[in-house]
Amino acid sequence: MSRQVKIEIWVGLLVLMTLIAVAFIALKVSNFSAIQDRPSYQIHALFSHVGGLTQRAPVKVSGVVIGRVASIEIDPISYRAKVTMDIYNDYADLPQDSSASILTAGLLGSQYVGIEVGGEEDVLKPGDRINYTQSALVLENLIGQLMVKLTDGGDK
Amino acid sequence: MPTDCLIEIQNLTFYRGERKIFDDLSLTIPRGQVTAIMGPSGTGKTTLLKLIAGQLKPHAGRILVEGQDVHQLSRTALYQLRQRMGMLFQTGALLTDLTVFENVAFPLREHFKLAEPLLRTLVLMKLEAVGLRGAFDLMPAELSGGMARRVALARASVLDPKMVFYDEPFVGQDPITMGVLVDLIRKLNTSLDLSSILVSHDVNEVLSIADFACVLSEGKIVAQGTAQDLLNSDSEYVRQFIQGLPDGPVPLHYPVKPWADEWSTP
Amino acid sequence: MIFLRYLGSSSLEVLQALGKLAFFVFSVFPALPYSVWRFRLLLKQIYFTGVLSLPIILTAGLFVGMVLGLQGHNILTSFNAEEAVGTMTALSLIRELGPVVAALLFAGRAGSALTAEVGLMKSTEQLSALEMMAVDPMKFVVAPRLLACIITLPMLAMIFIAMGIFGGYLVAVGWLGLDEGAFWAHMNDQVDWHEDVINGLIKAIAFAVLIAIISLYQGYESVPTSEGVSRATTRTVVHASLGVLGLDFILTALMFT
Repeated sequence: MSRQVKIEIWVGLLVLMTLIAVAFIALKVSNFSAIQDRPSYQIHALFSHVGGLTQRAPVKVSGVVIGRVASIEIDPISYRAKVTMDIYNDYADLPQDSSASILTAGLLGSQYVGIEVGGEEDVLKPGDRINYTQSALVLENLIGQLMVKLTDGGDK
Repeated sequence: MPTDCLIEIQNLTFYRGERKIFDDLSLTIPRGQVTAIMGPSGTGKTTLLKLIAGQLKPHAGRILVEGQDVHQLSRTALYQLRQRMGMLFQTGALLTDLTVFENVAFPLREHFKLAEPLLRTLVLMKLEAVGLRGAFDLMPAELSGGMARRVALARASVLDPKMVFYDEPFVGQDPITMGVLVDLIRKLNTSLDLSSILVSHDVNEVLSIADFACVLSEGKIVAQGTAQDLLNSDSEYVRQFIQGLPDGPVPLHYPVKPWADEWSTP
Repeated sequence: MIFLRYLGSSSLEVLQALGKLAFFVFSVFPALPYSVWRFRLLLKQIYFTGVLSLPIILTAGLFVGMVLGLQGHNILTSFNAEEAVGTMTALSLIRELGPVVAALLFAGRAGSALTAEVGLMKSTEQLSALEMMAVDPMKFVVAPRLLACIITLPMLAMIFIAMGIFGGYLVAVGWLGLDEGAFWAHMNDQVDWHEDVINGLIKAIAFAVLIAIISLYQGYESVPTSEGVSRATTRTVVHASLGVLGLDFILTALMFT
């Protein structure tokens, strides 16, 4: 009987260790908490270029995560990228003239949507669109512009 | 003398690979008696038991146990038949991770839902019958070979089978254990109203308890009858086997070319 | 001629073995639900396959994680991206090394033990004895062990991963002085529960089935002598390890492309 008890205790310990490991991986390592369905509402924005933005990338205001990118698709009318975002209900009062831009965390980091809060009284309601957007920086375009500027400067 | 037959083997043929183990063998085993099947090592005595128990399939012929063709039975029916069979294996074949008690209780636990006190009484009775009630808490690794075989005997008889097969029960036992086992087999046979089938090559022990014995050689039965019949047999082969003569019909040498050929061919 | 004969006979042998294996698999899976009922039997097998593999999993996980942390730091420093050490450690552990290394260790520790145990049961006629007692060895011997493997290997893989990340943390933050916040935050950002962790778990389960089937089959079909059992044990480790690596490639190709 004592043998059986020993087995049971050890198996219990194994299960406990597994639970701790899974909890550690879920909470500390992965973004498990982020995809738990926090109550949220959807807004969207059109960008001419999303760069390396991916689904579930964070949406931030002043560096604080207020939501996640829900989907990225092509708007059939304007042929621009339509980024739909889930914004948590805690941040339900974003002014209507807020602007969205696609930014990069650090030099090599991942991309996220940064929202610059505007000053208007009216707030964005579920399904509304952010009108002011700034696309992702594309390195080639940037260099191109720089070259043009430099050559312009040389002409003067 | 066999009035009522328990097992009937008809024209059995069985191959192992290329080798013919049984060649058109027919045999009737009577009910309620101790039947011995004897023969030198490698004649397939154990194979015969496995064929009777349906663990192996014959290539030709059939085996009837209590009138049922073993190899035509469905799996369920075969398992039901096996509940009426007990088998004592050469090594005992106790389940190594269960205690002696649990080993004997195992078939009961598997097939019946008995109340724990009843089960305990039954198991201890069986252990008492083989004289090992005191050893119920030991693990199989702590038993001597003879004790393991006695526990296995208790286990084989715990379902009150109609027939018990003994596969070389005396191999490698000291004289005392042999005596104990001989006695036990005889006693179990009468007290439980069993039919015992004994496979062995320990001539003296076997002939002392067998009501009926047969001698196998090269896939055939060379002699059968009571112990007295065999002792008085005038077959040279039976004499060689029973008296243990080194040379006779069964040659000492493995089949070999004559010496002369060994050198003449380069 | 000889070559053709060799080719023919060996392919026949392979086909025969595959047929036997398929038969084995088909007869063990129906017996699986039955082994859930045998709770004590299952518990014992979880103890033998899981708990006894725990020390090796813990140490190996810690060391693999520490090596990853060290190498990751060395490589990423040249890109000025040390804060990605955590991500790199976590992702390689969760996606590949956790399930694969845990499975390889499991094959060596538990798989070989299973083969030896079942082979020994066969050579001491215990399997025959079970059949004679009208108990199906598939239900009593094989199924509980298979189920135990399916339960324990994912658990061990998770423990291995957690241990590895902890090892990486020790090296990167504790020893090399990386900022703790950066280590966790970056990792947290990049590791996806669904995409990475669940896929890693699926891998571990697939490996468990593979290892258990191979080792139990080898034990069940081993030649019942001591030489036969030891050969079967060696074969288990070789076949299971190669099988795990091959299957890992297939699964990775299916999951992460």
